[in-house]
Amino acid sequence: MAKVKSLAELKAMKDKLRSNLDLREKSNNPDSLVQIKVAMATCGIAAGAKQVMEHMMEEADKLKLSIIFTQTGCMGYCHAEPTIEVRKPGKEPVVFGHVDNAKADEILTRYVMNNELVEGIIPVNYETID
Amino acid sequence: MHVLVCGGTGCQASASSEIVSCFQNILADKGLQDEIQVIKTGCFGFCEKGPIVKIMPDNTFYTQVKPEDVRKIIEEHIIKGRKVTDLLYLDPENKEHVADSKHMGFYKKQLRIALRNCGFINPESIDEYISRDGYEALGKVLSEMTPQQVIDEITRSGLRGRGGAGFPTGVKWGLCAKSKADQKYAICNADEGDPGAFMDRSIMEGDPNSIIEAMAICGYAIGASQGLVYIRAEYPLAIHRLEIAIAQAREYGLLGKDILGSGFDFDIELRFGAGAFVCGEETALIHSMEGKRGEPTFKPPFPAVEGYMGKPSNVNNVETLANIPIIINKGAEWFSKYGSEKSKGTKVFALAGQINNVGLIEVPMGTPLRDIIYEIGGGIKGGRQFKAVQTGGPSGGCLTTKHLDTQIDYDSLVAAGSMMGSGGMVVMDETSCMVAIAKFYLEFTCEESCGKCTPCRIGNKRMLEILTRITEGNGTMEDLEELRNLAAVIKDTALCGLGQTAPNPVLSTLDNFWDEYVEHVVEKKCRAGVCKKLMNYVIDQEKCIGCGKCAKNCPANAISKTEYIAPGHKLPSMVINTSVCIKCGACMSGCKFDAISVK
Amino acid sequence: MVKLTIDNKPVEVAQGTTILKAARQAGIHIPTLCYFELAGMNFENKPGGCRVCVIEVEGRRNLAPACATECMDGMVVHTHSPRVINARRTVVELMLSDHPADCLTCPKSGQCELQALAQYLGIREIPFKGEQSTYRKDMSPSIIRDVDKCVMCRRCENMCNNIQSVGALSAINRGFMAVVSPAFEQDMVESTCVMCGQCVQVCPVGALSEVDDTRRVMSAINNPKKTVIVQTAPATRVALGEEFGMTPGTIVTGQMTAALRRLGFDYVFDTDFSADLTIMEEGTELLNRISKFMAGDKSVRLPILTSCCPGWVNFFEHNFPDMLDVPSTAKSPQQMFGAIAKSYWAEKMNIKREDLVVVSIMPCLAKKYECRRDEFAVDNNPDVDYVLSTRELARLIKQYNMDLKDMPSEDYDDPLGESTGAAVIFGATGGVIEAATRTAYEVFTGKKLEKVEFTQLRGLEGIRDAHVDFNGTDIHIGIAHGLANARKLLESVRDGKEQFHAIEVMACPGGCIGGAGQPYHHGNSEIIKKRFEAIYREDEGKPIRKSHENPSIQKLYAEYLGEPCGHKSHELLHTHYFDKSNCVEIGE
Repeated sequence: MAKVKSLAELKAMKDKLRSNLDLREKSNNPDSLVQIKVAMATCGIAAGAKQVMEHMMEEADKLKLSIIFTQTGCMGYCHAEPTIEVRKPGKEPVVFGHVDNAKADEILTRYVMNNELVEGIIPVNYETID
Repeated sequence: MHVLVCGGTGCQASASSEIVSCFQNILADKGLQDEIQVIKTGCFGFCEKGPIVKIMPDNTFYTQVKPEDVRKIIEEHIIKGRKVTDLLYLDPENKEHVADSKHMGFYKKQLRIALRNCGFINPESIDEYISRDGYEALGKVLSEMTPQQVIDEITRSGLRGRGGAGFPTGVKWGLCAKSKADQKYAICNADEGDPGAFMDRSIMEGDPNSIIEAMAICGYAIGASQGLVYIRAEYPLAIHRLEIAIAQAREYGLLGKDILGSGFDFDIELRFGAGAFVCGEETALIHSMEGKRGEPTFKPPFPAVEGYMGKPSNVNNVETLANIPIIINKGAEWFSKYGSEKSKGTKVFALAGQINNVGLIEVPMGTPLRDIIYEIGGGIKGGRQFKAVQTGGPSGGCLTTKHLDTQIDYDSLVAAGSMMGSGGMVVMDETSCMVAIAKFYLEFTCEESCGKCTPCRIGNKRMLEILTRITEGNGTMEDLEELRNLAAVIKDTALCGLGQTAPNPVLSTLDNFWDEYVEHVVEKKCRAGVCKKLMNYVIDQEKCIGCGKCAKNCPANAISKTEYIAPGHKLPSMVINTSVCIKCGACMSGCKFDAISVK
Repeated sequence: MVKLTIDNKPVEVAQGTTILKAARQAGIHIPTLCYFELAGMNFENKPGGCRVCVIEVEGRRNLAPACATECMDGMVVHTHSPRVINARRTVVELMLSDHPADCLTCPKSGQCELQALAQYLGIREIPFKGEQSTYRKDMSPSIIRDVDKCVMCRRCENMCNNIQSVGALSAINRGFMAVVSPAFEQDMVESTCVMCGQCVQVCPVGALSEVDDTRRVMSAINNPKKTVIVQTAPATRVALGEEFGMTPGTIVTGQMTAALRRLGFDYVFDTDFSADLTIMEEGTELLNRISKFMAGDKSVRLPILTSCCPGWVNFFEHNFPDMLDVPSTAKSPQQMFGAIAKSYWAEKMNIKREDLVVVSIMPCLAKKYECRRDEFAVDNNPDVDYVLSTRELARLIKQYNMDLKDMPSEDYDDPLGESTGAAVIFGATGGVIEAATRTAYEVFTGKKLEKVEFTQLRGLEGIRDAHVDFNGTDIHIGIAHGLANARKLLESVRDGKEQFHAIEVMACPGGCIGGAGQPYHHGNSEIIKKRFEAIYREDEGKPIRKSHENPSIQKLYAEYLGEPCGHKSHELLHTHYFDKSNCVEIGE
């Protein structure tokens, strides 16, 4: 990685990174993919997030689904760990709670593949500043 | 199309299950069951207006839906595409119905500023942080602001220390900036020690770069080129992610020499603590980092004058730091829009206990306690009655129903006999014994006291002994008096914050739950059924059929036969010898005839 | 200057003055416990931990410790308001609730600062009943640690680490079980403790006290088969009087001798005799080394370090194992006395070694340990059998219904009781090296000293650096008292920053007059100064003031030893040192 030498360079870098992300997420982009974020703070991991993430990745492979899996920090829903956020191109992201292997399978086969929502949705109950 | 019905406990209680089946039945009647999916969701955090029904994908948000409204929603909205206006949320301000939940952010009582990136970005990717304006604040201060301007900006924002005491951050920076020295230190206090509080860990695990950026900004403002993070070794994931973030920041030149071509040098080292609670106190923290015994020393001298290795040092808590970059980016005015008069911005709480939605929440300062418990928290578990909420961890106190409308900020909490602390919030219902709760917190402080000053070392121990006596049925009214005096003296004389605040759980429960103490002392009764020694298991001789199962289950051989045979029964009933009983409850849980109860 | 009001009295003090000191200036007594100051000796202990000195400052949320709070302009302070009194009482009651109430048999009874505090506050009962913290008792040859009595004042810890830089004591454990102890709760003998005993000297309670050997000594005296002789160290004669209400600095040499005789000692001798002997040996060794050095012998180790102080010997064995060949090999005066008493004198008197008991009266607790070192025994029979501290001797005298004030003044017995002024000054910092200089000068230059006082070697500054002109040859002398000062000086020598011909080190602040076996000074450094002055007065009053002029010493060499540093001397009067740097063992 090259050093960032000035604020202007940092801003240029941000713009580039942002457009890359946008490209990945915009629905009109043919290459757009489903993204799944898994909340992997200590509490999430303790509740089984790591194992669920691995399971989902294997299952997605088997189902030949192209999904970008990323880990992220605490979403705040301690009462519903493990939690994941599924972002389908062109759609509002949906958070699911209490995701075990069975629920993960259901999310992949029903929501990701067939656009059917499944139980376990956690409505996002906070505002985040941009 | 999807119909989302809130399945949170609050809405469940107000018939959300019935609503779901209504939807399903009517949709089936109309043959729409395959096109329209009805999904029960988690809590929307708007229980006050529940049950909630949300129609996707147009985001229509119906409030206070009754089963009899379901047909209307299906016929009007789902079939004809016309929103059912009178079920929409009525904005109390302008008396307009709000249709689109996208415009209903206000119902979300939470506002994530410190947690803005947690659960959003990949914490192990500095790129994702940068794409969210990361390090722009650092760039801005280095290229456009003088250190004094940075301090002024933070001071004007009204940001106060989130570690608990609420000292104005800008003022603290200003004091350290004034000290002249060849070396200064910007220290991050990541020794989160309140039982049940984990916001600092979550921030470091979810957004480690924000801490690094903030420390660099602090370093620039106070004139320090070295940053130190004092983090407990029990946080391996936070340490791992901080280490990754530091390495990535160094690779980008965002740490190190001549950052962003400004000539400013700054780097960060991690120091591991062994997790002593008292090491969250800044002088104790500094001693621990120096390799000395982690115990506080009298202030002054303040760390701003004489800190780590005798050099001026500034210690800020993780959550405080997480607010810094955004204040620089958006300005002090923006930040001070949020919060109450004297406490600006938001506060993260770890909501726990007998509440439906336990979680890590962030709310603007000044949010009423009621909103936190009944909206965000979704109310009390099992529909039981709210009894108390303990804030501020072992340094805080217990608030009761009379405090439900308190607008939570530093000053209101202290006025109510508790404190902000680092943001633990434990909700209790009638199954909690307040004497036992006070004892629990005191056990913690006794364990974590460093032992340096007499009131904390011996005084807290004596208070704990008195509380133990009370919970075991050996307390006297004089004990209660002694408890009050001791608590007051410890508060008045202890050396550091740990000791000075240790009596808070006792004092606040004495104030708010005096009757419960008296009950324990005079009637030898624990209304919550928590204090085992005050409980007696009793066999109802009329109900007992004399099967003897309880006697078999009893590990203490405390149960024997009587000579009394109740009318209608064939065998003599059983009786418990209370002096032998160890109160394990095995008899009661094994009795099929409900003949055993606790008195 | 800062103006404030304390108990309605206007007070004006210098910036930076604590409320405690301001109050004392105004004649207002604020009780303290953990606070301890040895003025002029660079020792102030104010951890602010006991909370006994809390006072009320108007406008302040909680009470403030007077010892650590600085005066500010316009402050209004109340030192005895009801709120303060209640808090202070409660704090002391709490302390007492975790303190064994065995005052009747406690070694500190009567001298205990906690006892005095309880009395001052009129505490008649302890309202708190509860658990008491208990620990293992730890006993070394010198010191007893009964930590059940520890009040966590941290004076010992501060003394051990900052004044002595020994680092044997520190606070361990947390909360109710917090206590001051060697690391890993080791016994003192396993730690880096050098037995200097300064922790005992400052302990406000009975948590640290000396090993009591009085009963063993009296049973030896009562054994008709034993001849029991006693030697008295220089510094004891200027301090023992304090225990009998005499003003500090009163010289009680003659009364002490009389009292010892009445206690039943068969012969009363003087360590001053062997101090003169030490000068003969150590002075000769110094001159030998200097002469060799001047002759160009590069293998000579300079500076020579004095070796009279057992705490210091222990300290360099622990901390400077690479320099074990630097100190003088001369034994301490106590051990020289024992060696001569059990050889020369015993032979002369025709007493069998096993029937002779040598007792020392010492201002020192490390001496109790020193006499038990293996190399100071012949066939398991130690050269010195028992050591009593000045305090123990006072207790014995009182027990036997004597008052020093009523004692006649008596002389020491011959021949081991004859001494010079040079020996007396061993008791103060700088004294050993001054005594050595008096002799070395005359031997080296062959000239008679016109003035025996070398005032450039005297004083109470922690580290001193002086030059003495040996008839054109400049002799560079370093002096340190307090082991942290010694460490500093030694490190500068080791690093080659400083070059000395000789260095005198005393472990205790002030030298032996401030020793751990002396009457408790309770932080009053004036007492140490008075003893210091008395030592030099005693020197002035002596007819002979140079060691080599002591007739009994001259006779000893003529009759028995031959010459200083000769063969016989080496056998009896010199020793060697051990590397103790690795003797710290961790675990069971």
